[in-house]
Amino acid sequence: MGNMIPGVDGYMYPNEMELQWGLLIVLYPFITGLVAGAFILASLERVFKVEQVKPTYRLALLTALAFLLVAPLPLQLHLGHPERSFEMYLTPHLTSAMAMFGFVYLWYLMAVLLLEIWLEWRREIVLLADSTTGWRRRVYRVLTLGSRNISERALALDDRVGWLVTLIGIPSAFLLHGYVGFIFGSVKANPWWSTPLMPIVFLFSAIVSGIALVLLMYMAVCALKGVATDMRCADTMGRYLLYAFVIDFSLEMLDLLHRVYEADESFKSLDFMVHTRLYASHILVQIVAGTMLPIGLLALAQVLSLTERARRGLYAAATVLTLVGIFAMRWNIVIGGQLFSKSFLGYTTYKMEFATREGLFTAALLLALPFAILWGLVRLLPPWTSEWETKADRPSPA
Amino acid sequence: MTVDRREFLSRTGKLLLLTGAAAGALEHVLAGQAEAAPGYAETDHWWGMIIDIDKCIGCGNCVRACKEENDVPHEPYYFRTWVERYHVDPSDIEHPAVDSPNGGFDGFPERYKPGDGAKSFFVPKLCNHCVESPCVQVCPVGATFRSRDGVVLVDKDYCLGCRYCVQACPYGCRYIDPRRHVVDKCDLCYHRITKGLTTACAEACPTGARQLVDLKDPKDPVHEFLRTRSIQVLKPQMATHAKVFYAGLDGSVR
Amino acid sequence: MEAPAPRTPLLRDAEHLGRVAALFLLGVVGFFLAQRLLVPEGFGKHGHYRAGATEERRQLPTVFAGRAACEECHTDVAETNAKGKHARPACEACHGALAVHAADPSVKPTRPDGRALCLRCHTELVGRPSSFPQIDVAEHAPKGACTECHAAHDPGLGGGSR
Repeated sequence: MGNMIPGVDGYMYPNEMELQWGLLIVLYPFITGLVAGAFILASLERVFKVEQVKPTYRLALLTALAFLLVAPLPLQLHLGHPERSFEMYLTPHLTSAMAMFGFVYLWYLMAVLLLEIWLEWRREIVLLADSTTGWRRRVYRVLTLGSRNISERALALDDRVGWLVTLIGIPSAFLLHGYVGFIFGSVKANPWWSTPLMPIVFLFSAIVSGIALVLLMYMAVCALKGVATDMRCADTMGRYLLYAFVIDFSLEMLDLLHRVYEADESFKSLDFMVHTRLYASHILVQIVAGTMLPIGLLALAQVLSLTERARRGLYAAATVLTLVGIFAMRWNIVIGGQLFSKSFLGYTTYKMEFATREGLFTAALLLALPFAILWGLVRLLPPWTSEWETKADRPSPA
Repeated sequence: MTVDRREFLSRTGKLLLLTGAAAGALEHVLAGQAEAAPGYAETDHWWGMIIDIDKCIGCGNCVRACKEENDVPHEPYYFRTWVERYHVDPSDIEHPAVDSPNGGFDGFPERYKPGDGAKSFFVPKLCNHCVESPCVQVCPVGATFRSRDGVVLVDKDYCLGCRYCVQACPYGCRYIDPRRHVVDKCDLCYHRITKGLTTACAEACPTGARQLVDLKDPKDPVHEFLRTRSIQVLKPQMATHAKVFYAGLDGSVR
Repeated sequence: MEAPAPRTPLLRDAEHLGRVAALFLLGVVGFFLAQRLLVPEGFGKHGHYRAGATEERRQLPTVFAGRAACEECHTDVAETNAKGKHARPACEACHGALAVHAADPSVKPTRPDGRALCLRCHTELVGRPSSFPQIDVAEHAPKGACTECHAAHDPGLGGGSR
C-alpha cells in the first residue's frame, strides 16, 4: 500500500498513514512551556530572592497569564468534539494523564496565577479604581473585590500570602507542563516518546523557553519605551538561561546516547527517520541552531567582557534562536513520533494545511494572540515599577 | 358476561403491573438507556478471536464484509480489520516485505513469483481486545472501555476525538471516523455476537481462518485450539494481554 | 511622646483575603453541584463508562443475516452444501450481505457472477497455502463461467457427493 499513497515509504499499518496530532498539538506544549518558564523566572525573585531579576517580575507574571489564557485554544480547535471537552471535568479517567489537564489548568489559573497577580497589583487596582473614569473605573472596582484596604499591614499580608502562593506555584507550574511530558513519555506503543526522561526534558526546555521569552521581551519593551535596560537584570537572566540550557541539553543528549547504545528494535527505524525526514528540523534547527549556537553565544557573554550593547545583541540573537529551537523540539517530538510506522517498516509525511482549523494560519494567529492579550493586560495592570522608570514617572496616588 | 372477583383482581393486577413495567421501560428509554436485550448476560461471556494463518488465503472477504456490516468509510483508508501479505526472504527475516493494498479490500494483486525461495503468507489483523488495554488506560473521559464480556468498545456519544487512544494502541487498529469526528475500531461486531451471531469477518471467511471464540464457554473450540497449536499474540512484549490468538504466526510478523 | 496609635484588628486587614477565599469556596461548591447534575445517567455503574453505551451498541441493525438464518428456509441447498467441498464458507461469503432478504424474502438478492466470484479465491497466488485449491487461470479456464463445470454449492468433480 505504501507506494500507492503519496508521501508513504515502506509499509505502514493502514490506519497509521494519517497523522493524528498536528501543528496545534505542537503549539500547545510550547505555550504551556512558556507559561511555566516565565513563572519559574518570576519565582526566582519572589522565593529564591534573586533580586537582580526583580525588574522583570511583573512582566513575567503578565506574560505567563497572557499565554495561559491562549493555552486551551489549540486543544479545543484540535478536538473532534470541542463541545464535549467539559466531560473531562465531569468524568475524569484517573488512569489518563490527559484527564488532569482541566483541573491542573484551572488550579494554576485561579489559585496560583490570578491570585498572585491580584495580590501583587492590589494597591494599584485600588488607587486606579478612584483615579480613573468611565468603564475603566468599573473594571477596577470589580477587581478590588469590594475591598479598599491598602494599609501597610494589609499590603504586608498580601506580600506574605503572595510568597506562599508563589511557593505552591512552583510545583503547580511543574505539573502544568510536566504532565504533558508524561502524556508522551508514558505511551509504551511509541518508542520515540516512551521514556521516563520525557517530563523532565519537557520541563527544562520549558524553563529555557520561558526565560528566553521574558529576557527578549524585557529588552524589547525597554527599547520601545526608550528606557535603559537594567544590565544587571539582563545578565542574570542570561546566566540562568545558560544554566538551564546546559541541563536541558545534557538531558537530551543522555536520551540520545542511551538510545544509540541500547539500539533496541526501534532504533534502526528511528535513526533512519532522524537522518532523513527529520534531519532539517532535528539536527539543523533544534540541535545546531536552536541549542548549540545559543549556548555558545550565552557562554561567550559570560567569559568575554563585552560592552552592554554587544551583550544585548548577543542576548537578542540567543533568545530568538532559543525560542525557535524549543519550538522545533516540540515539533520533533510530536510530529516525529508519528512519522514512522509502529511496524518499523515504513514512514509517512505530515501534510500541514494552511487555512483550516488546524492549519498554519491558525497556528500563527494563536501565537500572535498572547501578545495582543499581553498588550491589553499591560494597559490594565501596568508592570512599570520604580526600578524601571525615574521617580518622576511613578503613578501617584489620588 | 359475568366476571368474578378473582378474575377481576387478577386482570387489573396484571394490567397495573404491566403498565408499571412499561412505564419503567419508557423511563429508561427516555433517560437514554435502552432496554436490556433479554437472555444475554455480559458476565457469562469472555470474547476473543482465533486466527489460523495456515488457512488464510488473502481473499479479502473479511475486509469487505466488515466495512459493509459496520459502515466503515471506504475513502481514503480506514479499516477496522485488514489483511497484510508477508514475503520473507529466509536470509533476511529482519526485513520482510509487507504490503496491504487498500487493506486487502480488493484482494491482493499478483506480486511474487513462485519458487523465488521466499516464504509468503497472509496475516489478518484487527483490534486485539486487550485485557490490559493501553487505549482504555489513556482515554481521558471514559469513552472507550472494556465491557464486562471482554470487548473493547467506543462510546461514540461521549468520545471527544482527542486521539490519545489512537496514539496509545500498539497495533494501529484505531482511526478517526471523518464523518463523526470520533474514534472507531473493531468492536467484534458487538451488535451481532450479543444476539448469538458471529462476527461479519468470521461469517464471510471462506476457509474458517478467523473464528469468534468465547473463552468462558467450556464447549468452545478455542480451548482445543489453544491447547494443541503453537499460539502467539501480536507484540507480546507490550504485555497488553491480547485476546486475538494466532496459530502459525511467523516471527517476522510486525 | 505620643501614645502609640491603636492597632486595627487583623480581621480588617485580612478581610480582602477572606473575600477571595469565599469566592474560591463558592467556585468549588458550584463545581461539585454542576458535576452532580451533568454526569450522564448510568456512568460508573460497571466501570468508568456510560452503562448505556453497551446497550445502545447491541441495538444496531445487522447487515449480514448469518448462516443459520439462510438455512432456515433454504434447507435443500444447505444439505447439498454440507456434503461438498464448499461446506466451510458461509452462504453470505459468496452471496453477500442478505439480512434484508432474510427479513423480507420478497427482496431478491442478485446472483453472484459465476466466474469473477470464484477467481477471487481460487486464482493461484503466492502466499496462499499450497493445500488450498488454486488454478492457473490462463491454463485452466481462460474464459467462460466456472459454473459450466463446477456446481457452486457442490463444486467437486469426480467424487464427493456426486
